[in-house]
Amino acid sequence: MTEQNTALNPEDSRTSPVESAKHADKTIIKVVDMHKWYGTFHVLKGLNLDVNEGERIVICGPSGSGKSTFIRCINRLEEHQRGQIIVDNVELTDDVKQIDTVRKEVGMVFQHFNLFPHLTVLENCCLAPLWVRKVPKREAEATAMEYLERVKIPEQAHKYPGQLSGGQQQRVAIARALCMKPKIMLFDEPTSALDPEMIKEVLDVMVELAGSGMTMICVTHEMGFAKTVADRVIFMDEGEIVELAPPEEFFTNPREARTQQFLKQILHH
Amino acid sequence: MSLPSELPPRQEIGVIGWVRKNLFSSWYNIVLTLVAAYLVVTSVGPLLNWVFLEATFTGETAADCSGEGACWLFIGQRLNFFIYGFYPDALQWRIDIMFGLLAVAFAPQFIERFPARKWFGIFGLTGLPLIGYILIPGGWFGLEEVPSSRWGGLMLTLILAYVGILAALPIGTVLALGRRSDMPIIRGLCVVFIEVWRAVPLITVLFMASVMLPLFLPDGVNFEKLMRALIGIILWQSAYMAEVVRGGLQAIPKGQYEAASALGLGYWRKTGLVILPQALTLVIPGIVNTFISLFKDTTLVLIIGLFDILGAVQSTITDPAWRNVTTEGYVFVAFCFWIFCFGMSRYSQNLERKLDTGHKS
Repeated sequence: MTEQNTALNPEDSRTSPVESAKHADKTIIKVVDMHKWYGTFHVLKGLNLDVNEGERIVICGPSGSGKSTFIRCINRLEEHQRGQIIVDNVELTDDVKQIDTVRKEVGMVFQHFNLFPHLTVLENCCLAPLWVRKVPKREAEATAMEYLERVKIPEQAHKYPGQLSGGQQQRVAIARALCMKPKIMLFDEPTSALDPEMIKEVLDVMVELAGSGMTMICVTHEMGFAKTVADRVIFMDEGEIVELAPPEEFFTNPREARTQQFLKQILHH
Repeated sequence: MSLPSELPPRQEIGVIGWVRKNLFSSWYNIVLTLVAAYLVVTSVGPLLNWVFLEATFTGETAADCSGEGACWLFIGQRLNFFIYGFYPDALQWRIDIMFGLLAVAFAPQFIERFPARKWFGIFGLTGLPLIGYILIPGGWFGLEEVPSSRWGGLMLTLILAYVGILAALPIGTVLALGRRSDMPIIRGLCVVFIEVWRAVPLITVLFMASVMLPLFLPDGVNFEKLMRALIGIILWQSAYMAEVVRGGLQAIPKGQYEAASALGLGYWRKTGLVILPQALTLVIPGIVNTFISLFKDTTLVLIIGLFDILGAVQSTITDPAWRNVTTEGYVFVAFCFWIFCFGMSRYSQNLERKLDTGHKS
């Protein structure tokens, strides 16, 4: 085990003063020595992470570092080959029932929105509550409108995704995930496919969500967002968690050389 | 100081302008226009003469067809046979009911603002075949039984095509999903089924079904020729349909599967609610293309002794009582096929426009 891994032990993270002050210390995601291979390529090399309820975590790192693969393992869009992932007391294995149980509680927002183009915005939002949660239609629609209002596009409810701008589509995608009333939200580079003027409208929604106490894990290069919102920032490189620290420490005083170099590159313009 | 506005130059607008611009803009175009005009005049005139002006529409027998034009009288006289085959005259009301219901189910599909037209369509796909199953062969509720050997003409063509189309789409869709399955056994079975049936000509399938199959079946087990032909058509057609649908499935981005999975939708809900609606919409042109070609391929049942509309017409034009009506007969058959195929084509365009939600632009 390398030294950064020992630094990520649950014991250590609990010693963080920020942590214990803010949260009830209830672990909702537990990742233990998790490995993943694509064929012979070792993508994720022994990740350890404990996420407490209500905690907001930002993952950054160069492309190809495995950060997207990592969060996609948390709702089993990718399978891991060794180690354990426990989400809300359910371990992710081949068991389809357990996977479905976890997915009900974990919302995900993708880089390319992935809205369903053949359904209206409202139908996109109601689909999973109707068919997975078996919520009555009227109630599902009311919830959907509530969340669409929260992401500030209730007036687009009856349009199709193809008629909306990128920023609007991503806000719908966030609302769609929230309609399932998940306990955890995963964001996989939610602003990377957006034009610069649309990034802010999406980040505003995410900041508002972070303020509501949602557990969030967010892969992003928006360092401003990380600074304002994150409880902890993770830096990943070559399939390993290189550094994990509260943002004030992470940005002002990174321990690892690789983190320093990365920060210099992305903050230097 | 601005120029006073004037009318556009007369020679660039209106009929004259259009003609000048499109037909007589250069020597080359003038020659083309004249040649085309000559061809139209020399062919359309005689055609109109043959079809309408010099044609015979009324009368009783071949002797009344004395004119130079078409003998439509022949079609009128034998129309009953062309439509119902050997179906007993007294029971033809059953077929008429089916024709009526067919029209009721599908005519609204062509009218944009027709109320609840969706339900008419659903009736056409569910209730209509069910009623047909009871009404056409009879033998239920005191209805006199009519063996399938007496069915024929347009009615038989429509039964073959309708049942083939109705069954092939769902079976083909299941096969396409199976071919993309993660489970090796299911995938293998689907691949073998598709590749075997698709590689065999329909004629062979029909021959096998009517001549060979009874030889393989144990004694006493036998079912009607029409039923065997129908099963052959359905299986053969569903192999084609499977590949059309698979084309659509492959066009759906991976992100759609992932988003559906991430929302907690299981395989069947993901497939039924997210993937298939998009995949089938994408391949409407291919599906309708396959339907149209099946509709025309049903004429092949002639070789196993079933008289569809083409068979019915063909057997009548050799009737010595009517001489030289070959052209009229084939033109009539062609016209019937064209009506139905063109209808399907229009409907598919209609459907494509309706289902377009602008995500491709």
